[in-house]
Amino acid sequence: MAVASTDTAIRSSNWSRMLIYLVLLLFALFYLLPFGIMLVNSLKPLEEITGGNMVALPRTWTIEPWLSAWSTAQIGVEPTGLRPYFINSIMMAVPAVLLSTIVGALNGYVLTKWQFRGSTIVFGLLLFSCFIPFQIVLIPMARILGLLQIAGTTPGLVLVHFVYGIGFTTLYFRNYYAAFPTELVRAAQIDGAGFFQIFRRILLPSSGPIIAVSFIWQFTNIWNDFLFGASFASGGSAPMTVALNNLVNSSTGVREYNVHFAGAIMAAGPTLLVYIVAGRYFVRGLMAGSVKG
Amino acid sequence: MGFLDIRNVTKSYGSVEVLHQVDIEVQEGEFLVLVGPSGCGKSTLLNMIAGLEGITGGEIAIRDKVVNGVHPSKRNIAMVFQSYALYPNMTVAQNITFGLEMHGIPKPDREKAMASVAGLLQIGDLLGRKPGQLSGGQRQRVAMGRALVRDPDVFLFDEPLSNLDAKLRVDMRTEIKKLHQKLGTTIVYVTHDQIEAMTLSTRIAVMYDGYVQQLGTPKDIYDSPANLFVATFMGSPAMNVLPSKLVERDGALHVLVSDSDGRELALRVENAPASYAAYKDREVLLGIRPEAITDPDGADRNARNVRPMTNTVGVTEPAGADTFVTMALSGKDCIARMRADAEVHPGQPFDFAVNMDKAVLFDPKTEDRIA
Ligand SMILES: Nc1ncnc2c1ncn2[C@@H]1O[C@H](COP(=O)(O)OP(=O)(O)OP(=O)(O)O)[C@@H](O)[C@H]1O
Ligand SMILES: [Mg+2]
Repeated sequence: MAVASTDTAIRSSNWSRMLIYLVLLLFALFYLLPFGIMLVNSLKPLEEITGGNMVALPRTWTIEPWLSAWSTAQIGVEPTGLRPYFINSIMMAVPAVLLSTIVGALNGYVLTKWQFRGSTIVFGLLLFSCFIPFQIVLIPMARILGLLQIAGTTPGLVLVHFVYGIGFTTLYFRNYYAAFPTELVRAAQIDGAGFFQIFRRILLPSSGPIIAVSFIWQFTNIWNDFLFGASFASGGSAPMTVALNNLVNSSTGVREYNVHFAGAIMAAGPTLLVYIVAGRYFVRGLMAGSVKG
Repeated sequence: MGFLDIRNVTKSYGSVEVLHQVDIEVQEGEFLVLVGPSGCGKSTLLNMIAGLEGITGGEIAIRDKVVNGVHPSKRNIAMVFQSYALYPNMTVAQNITFGLEMHGIPKPDREKAMASVAGLLQIGDLLGRKPGQLSGGQRQRVAMGRALVRDPDVFLFDEPLSNLDAKLRVDMRTEIKKLHQKLGTTIVYVTHDQIEAMTLSTRIAVMYDGYVQQLGTPKDIYDSPANLFVATFMGSPAMNVLPSKLVERDGALHVLVSDSDGRELALRVENAPASYAAYKDREVLLGIRPEAITDPDGADRNARNVRPMTNTVGVTEPAGADTFVTMALSGKDCIARMRADAEVHPGQPFDFAVNMDKAVLFDPKTEDRIA
């Protein structure tokens, strides 16, 4: 009897499991659909798109639209392709992400382990900066960039994103380090470690998950930003998002949808990559932490 | 001048004073235990010795050198924390030598020091593991290793055993005591467990509410508690405290209590201190420990003043080695400790023997011992 009942138990769990997978698969397909259509159309000659069927697979496969979008397409007035702007975005996002993560981590460390009179107020103000709408800071920021003589340059954008990101990264690290045992810091103090040694040797090695969170969040936001890019970087120093807009809106000649699709995927690629790579570390870090106990 | 001097030290957080004028002199090689209920300021005092908390008033000196304001790493102290505070990302070996590394000791010397500590604590085969892969007792040992390897002047322990289960706690307690006897180091040890305090210490400071209530050897504290708080905090089961009256009869002082039926019982006091005279015909509190009320055969043979007392037995609780008897005395529950095979039966009268040598009296108003 017992054997029979286990048997049915297993079978029913198999069925419900299959149902769950089916539903998940449907949702995954649904979310992937736009991306699939972009990908399919970026690999077709233009005539196949203008000819009508957007959903069908290409009859002749071609990477021509990708090459064009990358290196020859008309961006505004110059036929440079997206490549220089892609580089601009990298030059903007990487330093801004690193700087804001490092400063956020240090802020979190000080605000939890080296509290000073008024540290909660400082944290409150930093937190407040997360909620200031972008539009409000545009004009003061333009003025400051002008004074520093980095208006319209990539370093200018780095500064903007770095400063704007500190609020968020500080919030992440502060909350993470608040749960980090203060006794460890005290033990390290007695052992003779200094401010930065404690940070580097004791806190940082345990910060993997929160660094991943900070990276993903900051990179996605900075890479995808359009408003600051359009406002503070002109012409040759524009980031990828602005260039993509210029590519799509270039009014000369026919609209090359296949090139537009290829460009859009290029613009989305790095954030996808960061999520796929760092997301895994994120989950792994969380699991390691929970097993430790 | 002691080895570690705590001179009139106070601590305030904002306007709240949590430690008041603490004055303790610790000699070299002493094992001082700070004991008291939660929130009495034990950890605060220990952290001030370590340099992890600032000193609001007074001074602390180690080896005659005032250390107020000196960085924790420069006081030559080592501390074992309640949570052990082992660095989770480092191996046991790295945990133990981290302090030496920070003090710029060259690698060969570090390894030599670690090897001797690992041998002493028998953790040689754990050196490559991370703290997450150790049991509670092993972590405890590693934490002690980290303290020992520095060869400090003073060891500070903050409730190091409170995260262990009962059996392991007793084992580690013995081990700490052995270690102290072997190395003869000066130790300040915080606990809220009065048994730990009694078994480990050479001297105890009983703290309550930011005051040191009494400082003395375990025997002092146990036999001559300074006040009602110390009397009831130390000892398990706690000392019986009975409302009573001090009178003179037949030329000798007697303590009057009432039995379970409200009848008067007179217990004669011998060799009374002169101070008792002032309390004649006044209400006092009689303090008497459970082991001082026994069956007549179980009475201490060396006691000079054992008084008989007949009373009705309330509840009996056999506990293996002893049998505890609860009875009503002066309207309070009073616990007596009998030999395991004493013939006591609930509801029956029984002839107890009271060792009045061990009885103490307290002033009901000030709650101080009358001495
Ligand atoms: N940072 C602080 N700010 C204000 N008050 C504090 C602070 N730290 C401790 N206290 C207070 O000081 C008193 C003593 O605290 P302490 O930690 O020394 O107690 P303890 O005797 O170690 O207790 P436990 O046995 O619970 O560890 C407590 O009343 C506590 O509330
Ligand atoms: Mg404490």
